[in-house]
Amino acid sequence: MKKTTCKSSSMKELPEDLPPGCRGPVTVTAVAGRFSCCMEASAADIPPICNWLTTRQGYRFASIVIEEMPAEWLAHYIFYSDNGQGPVSISARVDKADNALPSISHLIHAADWHEREMEDLFGLVFEGHPRLGEFVLHEEWPEGTNPMKKDFDATVPYIDQGPSSSCSWHPPALVSESGAFMMPIGPVFSGFAESAHFLLETVGEDIIRMIPRFFYKYRGVEKTAEGLPADRALLLAERFSGTSAFAHSLAFCHAVEEIWGTRAPRRAVALRVMLAELERFRHHVAAIEGICSSTGLVVAASQVGILEEDILRLSCKFAGHRYLFGLNVPGGLQRDFSDSECLELAGAVKEIFVKLQDLEKRLRFSSSFLDRLEEVGTVSTEDAVDYGLVGPVARASGVSGDLRTCLPYGDYGSFEFSVPVEKEGDGYARLRILFQEAEQSNNIISQAVSSLPGGGVLQPLSPGARPAGAALGWAETPLGATFHWVRLEEDGRVARYRLTTPSFTNWHGFHLSVEGFAFQDFPIILATFGLSNAECDR
Amino acid sequence: MSGWVLKGLKTGIRTTLYPKVEEPAPGVSPGRPEGGGIAGNKKPAAVACPVAAITVHNKRVSVDYDKCIHCARCLPPAGAIFDKPAAGYEWAYKVPRDGVAAGGAGVAKTCSHSLHIKVVDGGACNACLSEVSQLTKPCYDMHRLGFFITPTPRDADLLLVVGPVTEHMKLPLKKAFEAMPEPKAVMAVGTCALSGGIFGPGFAAGGGVREFLPVDIAVPGCPPPPLAIIHGLLMAVGRKESVPSSTSPGPGSGREAK
Repeated sequence: MKKTTCKSSSMKELPEDLPPGCRGPVTVTAVAGRFSCCMEASAADIPPICNWLTTRQGYRFASIVIEEMPAEWLAHYIFYSDNGQGPVSISARVDKADNALPSISHLIHAADWHEREMEDLFGLVFEGHPRLGEFVLHEEWPEGTNPMKKDFDATVPYIDQGPSSSCSWHPPALVSESGAFMMPIGPVFSGFAESAHFLLETVGEDIIRMIPRFFYKYRGVEKTAEGLPADRALLLAERFSGTSAFAHSLAFCHAVEEIWGTRAPRRAVALRVMLAELERFRHHVAAIEGICSSTGLVVAASQVGILEEDILRLSCKFAGHRYLFGLNVPGGLQRDFSDSECLELAGAVKEIFVKLQDLEKRLRFSSSFLDRLEEVGTVSTEDAVDYGLVGPVARASGVSGDLRTCLPYGDYGSFEFSVPVEKEGDGYARLRILFQEAEQSNNIISQAVSSLPGGGVLQPLSPGARPAGAALGWAETPLGATFHWVRLEEDGRVARYRLTTPSFTNWHGFHLSVEGFAFQDFPIILATFGLSNAECDR
Repeated sequence: MSGWVLKGLKTGIRTTLYPKVEEPAPGVSPGRPEGGGIAGNKKPAAVACPVAAITVHNKRVSVDYDKCIHCARCLPPAGAIFDKPAAGYEWAYKVPRDGVAAGGAGVAKTCSHSLHIKVVDGGACNACLSEVSQLTKPCYDMHRLGFFITPTPRDADLLLVVGPVTEHMKLPLKKAFEAMPEPKAVMAVGTCALSGGIFGPGFAAGGGVREFLPVDIAVPGCPPPPLAIIHGLLMAVGRKESVPSSTSPGPGSGREAK
């Protein structure tokens, strides 16, 4: 299969060069929903095709989307690459009586958690996966509860007996040395960390194995969105992860705009870039603050904390909300900003950035600080590729990849910026990436405000029936790639909403960075990853 | 390392003077729509609040702040119910409890100048937690007011809960509350913690903390700005009282409209 054949919709059947191990037939279906290629194959052919895409064609795994049809399951496997083409989707249909798909996670490790989640929420079995079972839903949910199924009533509390009295989660210990024990951390932390649970297996100083347990914050966003009108589901997309609200609402809007065939006006596109970078700037400053305070460098943490609050106040003064809520809508932005307001914003961001640069210089010469970060929490490039890590974490481990350049959206193509990449993969590399990306965000903001197009910011939607359909929206959030797959009905209601978030992707590989390092490094490594549980758990 | 000390000294004091004086800096609070009489020829039928926080009764608009999520759809240019958000941040109010003396009264009496706070994340989106974390940073520095975050519920006087309380966090939250010594108070921070927000009540997210813990102080907002949370803490220790706002029918009044 050549890339050109894929783009041609007249091509109904793939020629002789089917991926090895593939029995066929593989049909190329009409391209829709921002994909460069949509294929349909039999379930048995899914593993060889996925393997061929990742190992031979240079594609990266993005997500698995399961849709429930009256008599069958429809599974979409989504991949993307930086070859300048759009993402690729491979679909397979499975009879509900069979209820099983072949697992691909032995070939693509990044799909591991996706398969576990689908098994838990849909009851769909992934044959060959070694660790299906309890994942999203903890022990209090009765066996066989599959909330993502269409017949599940999501409006009433499912467990009404009140909280159970004890927790029965006791994963088996693998370390059998004498004196080995499991150290529990969470789900309630000492400060204001988000709820998550970690068991650290150890014989003393070093963490030998880490077993995480997430989804304490599982609010069922994907299920709650079903049946809601798009503008109401937008609120969920925006607010399920408050610290990267703008980027997530942007990805959702991209998907809805694609389905409805509407385009945001040029001015809105440019303002969206500016606001998304403002969010990234704030997020990275907050993450740097987290790293400073995790190492106990109080003055530096305070200094960066002042800058963080400055950006929050700036955002509020400019956009009316400290976390940029309530701005994105399908078709553009809810409100416009004057050119002089934007210039003022860019000036203020620049001022904050100069102060940040001064702090960066000082941090670079604080040896006691660097000692806590250097060669601590290392993730190798091979591991980062295997686990499909994204965002600053991946870029610190030598994996370049940024949706702003891989799958350009908005008008990022017209701005000059670089995607920083470091090789070491340790905590210090992750800190450097944060500083460099903050610099790039500052650059992009100044470029964006200097060439703001005129015109309106909201493309009014035509009244009446809108096209039904499905599309993939994406954006590079401060933490990495997010994919929002949306199917809308003709009445504009959401039929299926699948959220793939960078925190979900990166928590999967988090254990790599802590195993083999000392206990006291754990909070520091946690801070250098800087992941969000709200974003992971949804 | 002495460079850091000098840097800190040079920066000077950035901390707000609230509650001695109002904080005048722009951007400390997004403000919120405030109820009142309907001005001019605005049509109350145009109420398009996605979370049904706005009710119109006898030509007066009231806003249920337990539900309001600051989506700005009732403000221009999207909506035309309000002209602009009303400034301010003193949003906290005491939750009335029928008949029973509020547990918060004991805390107000014994902890008026030193309050230890245990923060529990009941499934928040992270924005509320981020605002809570600002409290310990220089711009708000709640330590100057005698408020401290404590790592363990056994030392805590006040349980600060954010998020709608998910199914999975019910048990940890209940355990944290039970481990706290008397007297103790509960403060629910953010729209999700007050009503479930846009997430609940549903199959996995609850409809707020009040469903299964006695809440003493409520701090509405999505997220409530740090000063609103400080206002709530001052109220919990009896250093601020619920002040009825002049234009809206008063704190908590929106709940009557339910």
